[in-house]
Amino acid sequence: MGLFVAQLLTGLANAAALFLVASGLSLIFGVTRIVNFAHGSLYMLGAYFGVTLMQMLPGAVGFWGSILLSGLIVGLIGIVIEICVLRPVYRAPELFQLVATFGVILVIQDLTLMIWGAEDQLGPRAPGLKSVVRILGEPVPQYDLALIAITPFILLALWWLIARTRVGILVRAATQDREMVGALGVNQSWLFTGVFFLGSALAGLGGAIQLPKGGADLLMDLNIIAAVFVVVVIGGMGSIPGAFVASVLISVLNVFGVSYLPQSTLVLMYVVMAVVLLIRPYGLFGREEKAGEHGQVGEPDRPIRPADMRGRLLVAALLAVLALVPLYGGNFTQVLITDIVIFCLFAASLQFILSTGGLVSFGHAAYFGGGAYAAALLVTYAGSPMELAFLFAPLAAGLLAIIFGWFCIRLSGVYFAMLTLAFSQLVWSLVFQWYDVTGGDDGLVNIWPAEWLSGTTAYYYFTLIVGVGGIILLRHLTHAPLGYTLRATRDSARQAEATGINVKRVQWVAFATAGAMAGLAGSLFVFSKGSIFPNELEISKSFDALIVVFLGGVKTLSGGVVGAAFMESAKDWLTRLEYWRLVLGLVIIGVVIIAPEGIVGTLRKVAERIGLRRTEEFLK
Amino acid sequence: MKHLKTLVAAATALLTVAGPALAADPIKIGEINHYKRLAAFAEPYKKGIELALGEVNGAGGVLGRPLEFIFRDDNGKPGDAVKIAEELMTRDGAVMLTGTILSNVGLAISSLAGEKGYIYLAAEPLADALVWESGNPYTFRLRTSTFVQAAMLAEEAAKTDAIRYATIAPNYAYGTAAVEAFKENLKKLKPEVEFVTEQWPALFKIDAGAEVQAIEAAKPDAIYNVTFGTDLQKFVREGSTRGLFDGRKVYGLLTGEPEYLDPLGDEAPEGWFVTGYPWYGVTDGPAKAFVDAYIAAYPDDTPKIGSLVGYMTVQSIAAALEKAGSTDTQALLAAFEDLKVDTPMGEITYRGLDNQSTMGAYVGTIAVKDGKGVMVDWEYKDPVPYMPSDDVIKSKRPAE
Repeated sequence: MGLFVAQLLTGLANAAALFLVASGLSLIFGVTRIVNFAHGSLYMLGAYFGVTLMQMLPGAVGFWGSILLSGLIVGLIGIVIEICVLRPVYRAPELFQLVATFGVILVIQDLTLMIWGAEDQLGPRAPGLKSVVRILGEPVPQYDLALIAITPFILLALWWLIARTRVGILVRAATQDREMVGALGVNQSWLFTGVFFLGSALAGLGGAIQLPKGGADLLMDLNIIAAVFVVVVIGGMGSIPGAFVASVLISVLNVFGVSYLPQSTLVLMYVVMAVVLLIRPYGLFGREEKAGEHGQVGEPDRPIRPADMRGRLLVAALLAVLALVPLYGGNFTQVLITDIVIFCLFAASLQFILSTGGLVSFGHAAYFGGGAYAAALLVTYAGSPMELAFLFAPLAAGLLAIIFGWFCIRLSGVYFAMLTLAFSQLVWSLVFQWYDVTGGDDGLVNIWPAEWLSGTTAYYYFTLIVGVGGIILLRHLTHAPLGYTLRATRDSARQAEATGINVKRVQWVAFATAGAMAGLAGSLFVFSKGSIFPNELEISKSFDALIVVFLGGVKTLSGGVVGAAFMESAKDWLTRLEYWRLVLGLVIIGVVIIAPEGIVGTLRKVAERIGLRRTEEFLK
Repeated sequence: MKHLKTLVAAATALLTVAGPALAADPIKIGEINHYKRLAAFAEPYKKGIELALGEVNGAGGVLGRPLEFIFRDDNGKPGDAVKIAEELMTRDGAVMLTGTILSNVGLAISSLAGEKGYIYLAAEPLADALVWESGNPYTFRLRTSTFVQAAMLAEEAAKTDAIRYATIAPNYAYGTAAVEAFKENLKKLKPEVEFVTEQWPALFKIDAGAEVQAIEAAKPDAIYNVTFGTDLQKFVREGSTRGLFDGRKVYGLLTGEPEYLDPLGDEAPEGWFVTGYPWYGVTDGPAKAFVDAYIAAYPDDTPKIGSLVGYMTVQSIAAALEKAGSTDTQALLAAFEDLKVDTPMGEITYRGLDNQSTMGAYVGTIAVKDGKGVMVDWEYKDPVPYMPSDDVIKSKRPAE
């Protein structure tokens, strides 16, 4: 009994920092509808500032004062981010701000490395709270009890702020109906800035308050962001009591999971999230997303037409150039272009469901990696020839997409995205832990192509044909009846249903197709590298594709491909620099601010402006 | 006519200047690592390399040419590392590849090396698959294997009368291999031991309070710890606060390495028996010479195990090139066979059997002196007695 109580207390103490960060994220999302990926970075900054301040300020006053000060400083940093990076892109298509926050993550990572150095910092112990208290015979650290006492206070303070002050009324109103709030004369920009300040300050507080239990290190931001998102989704986006309940739930379950299912540490919270989402599609306390809530109302969409003669000639010329590369480019150029084409195919498959279908998937890497592993497993265990593996991979990935898609399609919006993330994490952890079959993170090696494709140039041409073929196939599908029905379901699901289109089935088919094409890209990948590791199934792989689709232009057809080519080339060139993450982050932020329509979208606008393209009638 | 003489004189002058410049064409080595992702480990490693390069080139270089390392960052991704390796070997004119800390990247490059015939000296990766299950003739490894270090700890554990053991290791291939190696070696020496609980926290995401409670609930006599970095810090703090380590012997794999021990400061867990690098304790010989040279070159820093590995990597490559007499791949391959290198750890050999070097490990006990954790009562152990038998290794390696 004593052990049970002690474990419960450990879980509650762990929930403190998690709740602080998650409530900040939920608050920001609730009011501004921005999915702030840089929230983990703010948490990390809070920890680092906390460590530095605690070294400077002595005693108990210094300790708690440092925590509050860290929160304040991080809040101010949040304001800077909001004004410089996010305000210029409020008018962009939904979730485009996501790309900007991704750039912010990179910038903060390198700045933190520059300022505080590479070594991990251990946080100081809280003065006066350094030892344990015996509860029912079990030792419980005093600081844990302090955290358990503080958390409800913060929850209460936030509740009082939201429910009993004028600012809170504005926040609640903006969460419900942002346009109306603007129409009633409230200065939206300053409301957003204020909310961003509060959300960032909460993240910074979370980072500082966990110092006696942990420390400050450079991987904190990425390590916590997934957990924070899971908590926010389970609780319901925009709900602070939900964030509290979810943090406690996840933390306590994790503690008991460690005791009774030690192997489950990687995946427990995703399983819980998947279960919750399947029972309550909007999280525990969340509510249905109203139509038109995402992003601001921007320009009307241009109709997507098949390319005209000029466009086709351009593409043909490009393909001719690529086909001639082996004549003048060396081995490495071919390897680089092979990588780019594979990534372009992966991005194009995501764009198919994202742009054409309006389905935001955070877990597309599951099909890329799934296809790659399917090919690798077939070669390793069945000794099958490479050709068979190429056929098998897209089928396996497509099957996976059919199974997962059936569950995911039942949700929509951000919850759909998070469920795809949960499934992708399930696949990842299965592959990661099933050491005997998949090699765990030692991966599967020596998966090389057959004799006739083993030369760099031969494989280059093969990738070019298959990759470009896949991209053209996806584009063709967009202009086929499937594509038109898919666009109909994106633009107005209700109207589509009314005209007799089975919305869910169309989305399911599109999801499976995109999964299959991603699997094809995965098989090309595994034979080009000769090996496959679980990192191709990670969240970062999914987000790489997501970022480039937005960077290229989510409202265009070729955006994914252009964005992918741009990103791969930029990364290849930039990683030679000392502080390449800083530069890449600034480049991404720059592109986002200068070209909120994405690269292709902005190029199209420029072309219209200077007369190269005919402007749409309805835009004149 | 008179201009012709000036012309000839000028041409001769140019040639004499250009001559030595041509002869000083450097030998390039491709070095791929995770400088941003694992900055805390890659930076000391790079410093060790640069120290060694300075010494080698100051003494006239290798084969009369300066040795040059091209450093590239792969962000910890095996796919990118393979692409960069290809670039280094085909476009940048590198003679061989080295580097990596993460085992999965090491395995990816090793597979590429075997397929394309590039020589790859894996400096830091701990995965034993590099030289055993996935070994190939072109891959060599410097760092002491996980199996050997775990065996050293198991030997010490077998001397005590602890029977019930708990293990805690990060939930990935290195952790699994480390625990398996410890169990195998300890059971061989003391068949009656039992492992009452095995904890597997996610790498760098440990829930230390929960792990400590779970281990305490199983009431072990001793604990085997494989966690490192921030996981180790949190585990030590929670464990010390809750009294987990009182009256229990703890065996820490890699815990004594300065990268992991220094951040703990005065909270370093006293009494743990660990493998590590007690640079402060060496008093003479090449070990001391290295420490002195490192501190002289980097006054604000102290040597880490990464620095030593980087230094020994350069020494190994220089020795191989000298023995081969050329930069031709086949000559280098032959030179690496049973190559002997003089290092701060004494003379090491790259065994022809499995391409693994005989770099050993220091073992000792942790104590706190002047507010910092140090290893005391330490000794250097040669790895060969702890390695599996030649037949076992031959059966593990793929047939050639």
